[in-house]
Amino acid sequence: MAYSEKVIDHYQNPKNVGTLDKSSKNVGTGLVGAPECGDVMRLQIQVDDATGMITDAKFKTFGCGSAIASSSLATEWLKGKSVDDALKIDNMDIVEELNLPPVKIHCSVLAEDAIKAAINDYRIKNGMEAIKFEESVIH
Amino acid sequence: MLKLPIYLDNNATTPMDPRVLEAMTPYFLEHFGNAASRNHPFGWEAEEAVDYAREQVAKLVGADPKEIIFTSGATEADNLAIKGVFEMYAAKGNHIITATTEHKAVLDTCRHIEKEGGEVTYLQVKPDGLIDLNELEAAIKPTTILIAIMYANNEIGTVMPVKEIGAIAHKHGVLFFTDATQAVGKIPVDVNNDGIDLMAFTAHKMYGPKGVGALYVRRKNPRVKVTAQMDGGGHERGMRSGTLNVPGIVGFGKACELCRLEMVAESKQISKLRDKLETELMKLEEAYVNGSKEHRLPHVTNISFKHVEGEGLLMGFNKNIALSSGSACTSASLEPSYVLKALGLGDDLAHSSLRFGLGRFTTEEQIDYTIKAISETVLKLREMSPLWEMYKEGIDLSTIEWAAH
Repeated sequence: MAYSEKVIDHYQNPKNVGTLDKSSKNVGTGLVGAPECGDVMRLQIQVDDATGMITDAKFKTFGCGSAIASSSLATEWLKGKSVDDALKIDNMDIVEELNLPPVKIHCSVLAEDAIKAAINDYRIKNGMEAIKFEESVIH
Repeated sequence: MLKLPIYLDNNATTPMDPRVLEAMTPYFLEHFGNAASRNHPFGWEAEEAVDYAREQVAKLVGADPKEIIFTSGATEADNLAIKGVFEMYAAKGNHIITATTEHKAVLDTCRHIEKEGGEVTYLQVKPDGLIDLNELEAAIKPTTILIAIMYANNEIGTVMPVKEIGAIAHKHGVLFFTDATQAVGKIPVDVNNDGIDLMAFTAHKMYGPKGVGALYVRRKNPRVKVTAQMDGGGHERGMRSGTLNVPGIVGFGKACELCRLEMVAESKQISKLRDKLETELMKLEEAYVNGSKEHRLPHVTNISFKHVEGEGLLMGFNKNIALSSGSACTSASLEPSYVLKALGLGDDLAHSSLRFGLGRFTTEEQIDYTIKAISETVLKLREMSPLWEMYKEGIDLSTIEWAAH
């Protein structure tokens, strides 16, 4: 299967690979997927308490090129956004940006789920209620 | 200068040997006759060429030329053997024994047999990929007509104890069919020495053309018959109608002859390269060879690199190195290889495997390049893998409750 140029670029030069201190109060961590499904994504955000802005984002992904590219792109989009705006990132935006074929849409869903999981982790750590999300359509 | 891309997927298909093409060319052009045309020189030339090729093919596997039925390939030969025996020996019984790691051409044919009222036993394999001979013998019942066990596995290269299987089959008066697609031309195969009654193999895995293969059907001790699955002009002793693919058959014959003459020296050379590749890649942490190393084809290795995903791994170098992954992630179902699963591999290892198939034209320079490219990609992807990080922190991944996805 041929990958889009953008997927190849993210795969070859992934942005924001790394680890933030998950014990830190202003870091939210989302770990989604499962090894037996062939992809696991860990996405982390660092939030400025005062402004509610995401100052840093990191990822690590076990998966195919599309999964790596989806998480790499997600971290790029997260940096500099407010937490509220981050919640608006839709998996279809990732599909469009990366030109993902239908069999790879689940990679974008995983990235969206990872963002939401990271935000909820941050909220819980800071005494806020977790946001209830609707179940993702694609599993 | 090293020419890219490098081809290391010889279990899928091999390039043609130029000597094979050279032998075939006249049979596309001046000698284009139909081998069944009995009334003119064009037909005679074609028939003669087919007869000669039949001898070359038979000689490689220790058969009589009359026992070789040309087909379009191994899949057709698998179908003809299993369906043909099932129909021909219906009065004797309806039970077939096979294994879970067979090629789809055998497994799906067996599924078809089950729909037709047949009974099929699918033997599990041991962690090394081999069947348990006691289990095989215990599975035989009075209605058993056929044992269908492959010679060598296409994904992991494991070589089955064929001779022992043949002996068990004959002790119980059961026919033994083997899909020897990956073995013939790579290791010595002898239908008499191995006790084989029917055997499928194909030209394009041994440097011959695609679209031509053969089914060996024993004529003596016992005399085996199969019901034709293709009706028509009664070619191939009535077992497979259809105008013979003369240039293909000529190429198949030539390919068999080259393998017969060169196999011993060639496999020594190839297995040396395979061993180098394997030894170097096994220097990476958490790398595992899948299947028996002792009973294995000389040109194959299948290695899992834990905590990196196969398709992602391939992407790191598949522009320059042609390889297969055990993980068929291109399907929406994300199914890892059923062969690796049958060995008892967890999904994580099954998703992380690469299949290497070296060949006649593989060079040491290509292997050196491959070792470097794959090692670098594995290390790079592990730096990017959350599973690797957890493993390094000493977290037991099996204790984590993974979010359903």
